[in-house]
Amino acid sequence: MEIIKGVPLTSYILLCSMLFSIGVLGVLYRRNALVIFMCIELMLNSVNLLLVAFSRYYSDSNAQVFVFFIMAVAAAEVSVGLAILMMIYRNTKTTDIDALNKLKF
Amino acid sequence: MNEIIIVASLGILTLLAEIFNFKKLILPLVVAGLAANIVVGIMEFDLASYYNDADTLRMIESDLYAKCFMMLLSIIALVWVLVNYNFFSDETNQTDHLALILFAIVGGFCMVAYTNFVMLFLGIEILSIPMYVLAGSNKRSLRSNEATLKYFLMGSFATGILLFGITLIYGSIGSFYVYDVRMKTASVDFTITPMFTIGVVMLIAAMAFKVSSAPFHFWAPDVYSGSPTSVTSFMATFVKTAAIAAFMRLFITAFPTAIESYKNVFFILIIASLFIGNIIAVFQTNAKRLLAYSSISHVGFMLLALLCLSEATSLKSLFFYTTAYSFTTLAAFLVLKIVSENASGDDDISVFNGLAQRNPLLAGTMTIALLSMAGIPPLSGFFAKYNMLFMALNHGYLWLVIIAILASLVGVYYYFKIIIAMFTRNSTDSTAIPLSLLQKSLLVLLMLIIITIGWNGWVFNLI
Repeated sequence: MEIIKGVPLTSYILLCSMLFSIGVLGVLYRRNALVIFMCIELMLNSVNLLLVAFSRYYSDSNAQVFVFFIMAVAAAEVSVGLAILMMIYRNTKTTDIDALNKLKF
Repeated sequence: MNEIIIVASLGILTLLAEIFNFKKLILPLVVAGLAANIVVGIMEFDLASYYNDADTLRMIESDLYAKCFMMLLSIIALVWVLVNYNFFSDETNQTDHLALILFAIVGGFCMVAYTNFVMLFLGIEILSIPMYVLAGSNKRSLRSNEATLKYFLMGSFATGILLFGITLIYGSIGSFYVYDVRMKTASVDFTITPMFTIGVVMLIAAMAFKVSSAPFHFWAPDVYSGSPTSVTSFMATFVKTAAIAAFMRLFITAFPTAIESYKNVFFILIIASLFIGNIIAVFQTNAKRLLAYSSISHVGFMLLALLCLSEATSLKSLFFYTTAYSFTTLAAFLVLKIVSENASGDDDISVFNGLAQRNPLLAGTMTIALLSMAGIPPLSGFFAKYNMLFMALNHGYLWLVIIAILASLVGVYYYFKIIIAMFTRNSTDSTAIPLSLLQKSLLVLLMLIIITIGWNGWVFNLI
């Protein structure tokens, strides 16, 4: 615990920004829908980490409650997302998002 | 507040009714419940801000703004359920769809009444997650599959950006409560840090995505055209109204002074929406895609209200614009739904060929709706655009007004494309389209609303 308290806030902000950027880049560049889900989770979890860091910094527990909300919503979102993916896999036999190109300009 | 409780319990009731085999009763019950919700809302209208947000742990506040938009959303929801009566009545999983819609409505209520960023996030998610499911409710269709996956991936991506924005704002303010944010940013010793700026810009980007404003509009045409028509009409009316109201509320409660600092962002959003929406719509052959692009261009107009926030009429203009836009779009989608179901699910513009001979009522309603969207007087769409542009002119944005008028002139072209198809082209199938009594009365009702709503300005002065 003592070591964690010694880490300055800036480091948390940098780490979380990096994690978030990795998530964003993953969403933009990966073509497999499952990997994209994971990248979105990474984005949400970097937000969680940052919220907890800010919560310690301000000694305000609101942000920690918000983290639980984000976790619950993310779980709901992923369960819907996996159901969508299952439905698509049944119809196309692939999870590659490039296979879905019916809707175009 | 009562609206949220009524609609949420209606949703739970719907799920319970499935278990206890009351399937036949569900739909009339939901219609009655939504109507009761509107009645309660009207009766309590004078009590706006009776519940202050301390009662709800500073999460939700029923001020006049929230009350007006909740009423609008309730009415849209009721009309939508009536319009899409057969979306529910002949399906095996009607209770699931109804429950999802009802919970989505609760999400919309949260979005227009929040006083806390936590509630903004929850509202958006409560609205979005059912919409992801409903967009894919046509399980066998690959187009529907694609629409739902695109909506889901881009929606949750935008949620991630929204959350990061909220977190950065929390990091520089120390509170999620919007009035705390307002107080802190208005105080003299507040310096705008890069962290705060990035947070606000991310928040704007995420909200612009949710209202499908260009350049964050790429999901909208695909999702609109792939989803079942009923769901598309819900997205184009209810979801868009809730999202734009939430966007507006962000700026009237949390950052009323910040709009001047970020006005360049809004210039880009507005000009891009107006031009991309109107110009790409010209080349569309699919009616749903055309309406999707036209809705993007309408968002451009709605965002003018955010840009001119300091004008006294900005809230009134936005409220009137969303009201006029929602009913017009509901009418257009009702006609499209009936016509495309008659052409075995085809939604190309050619299905409108010769509609005036096949069913004059449908053709008349569609014409009124399209003329209203194009902004022809004396329909409500004209007054909506007039109020917006007049407000922008008062605020000194003459060049923006000229751009908006030029862009909406392009809009007249593609709206008339459908009108010309209905009245001059000949259809391959010339049998009359039968309408049920409910559909007929809804068409007449929507037509009357579109024509008369702008005349004496009571909607405009409500808020």
